[in-house]
Amino acid sequence: MPALPFGAPALPLDEAGKYVAAAYLVFFAIVILYVAIMAARVSRMERDLAELDALVPDREDDDADTPAARVGVVE
Amino acid sequence: MRVLGALLRKELRLELRTLESVPGMALFSVTTFVVFHFGLNRPNIEGDLAAGVFVVTILFAGMLGLNRLYVADQEEGGFDGFLMAPVDRTWLFVAKAIALFTYLVVVEIVAVPAFGLLLLQPSILPVLPSVIVVLLLANLGFAIIAALIGAIAVHTRARDLIGPLICLPLLIPVVIGSARALEPLFTQGGAGTLETKWLLILGLYDLVFGLLSVAVFDPLLED
Amino acid sequence: MYGKGLRTLSVATLITLIGAFALVFFWTPNEADQGFVQKIFYLHVPMAIVALCGFVVGGIFAIQHLRTREPIWDLRSYVAIHIAIILAVGTLITGSIWARAAWGHWWLWDEPTLVSFLIVFLLYATYTPMRFAIEDRERQARYASVFAIVAGAFVPLNFAAVRASQENTHPRVLNTTGGALPGDMRLTFLIAIVGMTLLFITLYRFELSTKQTRSHISSLKRKLSGDDDLPVLRRSAAPTL
Repeated sequence: MPALPFGAPALPLDEAGKYVAAAYLVFFAIVILYVAIMAARVSRMERDLAELDALVPDREDDDADTPAARVGVVE
Repeated sequence: MRVLGALLRKELRLELRTLESVPGMALFSVTTFVVFHFGLNRPNIEGDLAAGVFVVTILFAGMLGLNRLYVADQEEGGFDGFLMAPVDRTWLFVAKAIALFTYLVVVEIVAVPAFGLLLLQPSILPVLPSVIVVLLLANLGFAIIAALIGAIAVHTRARDLIGPLICLPLLIPVVIGSARALEPLFTQGGAGTLETKWLLILGLYDLVFGLLSVAVFDPLLED
Repeated sequence: MYGKGLRTLSVATLITLIGAFALVFFWTPNEADQGFVQKIFYLHVPMAIVALCGFVVGGIFAIQHLRTREPIWDLRSYVAIHIAIILAVGTLITGSIWARAAWGHWWLWDEPTLVSFLIVFLLYATYTPMRFAIEDRERQARYASVFAIVAGAFVPLNFAAVRASQENTHPRVLNTTGGALPGDMRLTFLIAIVGMTLLFITLYRFELSTKQTRSHISSLKRKLSGDDDLPVLRRSAAPTL
């Protein structure tokens, strides 16, 4: 899309113009598709990070009252 | 050199005893000529069509050899045995390439007369020396690529697919060189001359990929 | 941390590309022979050149990988080839459109650049399936590097062979090398090449940093969920660090 709005008045949209527009649209479509795939990946990583966040406090709690720690305190 | 001799003897002896590749490749090429006869519906062919049919047939027959080339080493422990020997691993590549080159020569000893009898209209006899020169250069290029890619493909899960899939685009310069070189030789009405340009392209291809394959073969055999 | 400098790079890419395309449409004169259709040239040719360079760069990274055996070089080689394949798809599509507009056919076998590009593309199209078909990760990396080196060397040789096969029979329809361009066209073309190179580098860096971040996250995950919890590796074509 971006090729059209700012160039619209100057574009001679006859036979040749259609092909040129198509070629540039293909290029933008590929880049946008790539960005979309990248966005999906980023959101997946965010989910993974949320999972990690959930894991971290559990681990600290575990450390606080592991049997070994308690035994150590008693002795 | 002693290593190479030993490896080559092993390859050729194995092929002589099992006859796994060469008879199949030769039969395949003759059958393909018959198939082309019916596919094209022509009693005989000449010129660029003849060159194309011949080169593509040999190429696909070679693919059969490529698929068998390392299978025994992979399945029967040939790689392990070779890796234990204190020798340069590149020799295995050289031996495989020479073995495949030999197979192709044997196949062509069958395929060229069969092609001349079954399909080619102008007689092949007057141009035979030139045809042999072209085929030797093309065989060398094929053997180099196939011996290298075969070592990659044999470790993949779909090896019969991956090998030809990688080899075919890589071999297009060889197809161009040999088909264009053979075209004037197969033309009706007086033998055309062999253009040195195509021999140069084939030779350059063989040289570049020969050196390159020797340089990169080593990492394929580590374990 | 992995994406350091990406913002500057992205902005620079955007500015250069928009500038190049603005020049293409509002400043550069129409070419005498083809007229307006020739504007595709400023998109198609830089994309093709950058894609081919990407393949060769992937081969150079692969040499580095075989020399050092560090997984990061395999990742770099993989990402460079990956981005180059994407640009190659764009090149083939825009090239086909250009051929249709300028010569009336979607595909021309006597245009050696187009044909050699297709062959190179077909070769690299097997790169990902090949990686995927090798299960052992370390072996996958080694084999992929050998492939990348051989294919990288194949690129220039293939172009020479295909061109040689055609120069006798057909005259070149259009000089696409840019050597014979008049001044303002050449300037636009050069800016477009710079823009496309920046785009390649940006996409490369984005891809690389996501891959690195991902493997960092999964290694953290493994660590947090206990070392005895053996990593279950999914089969994948992408390298792991």
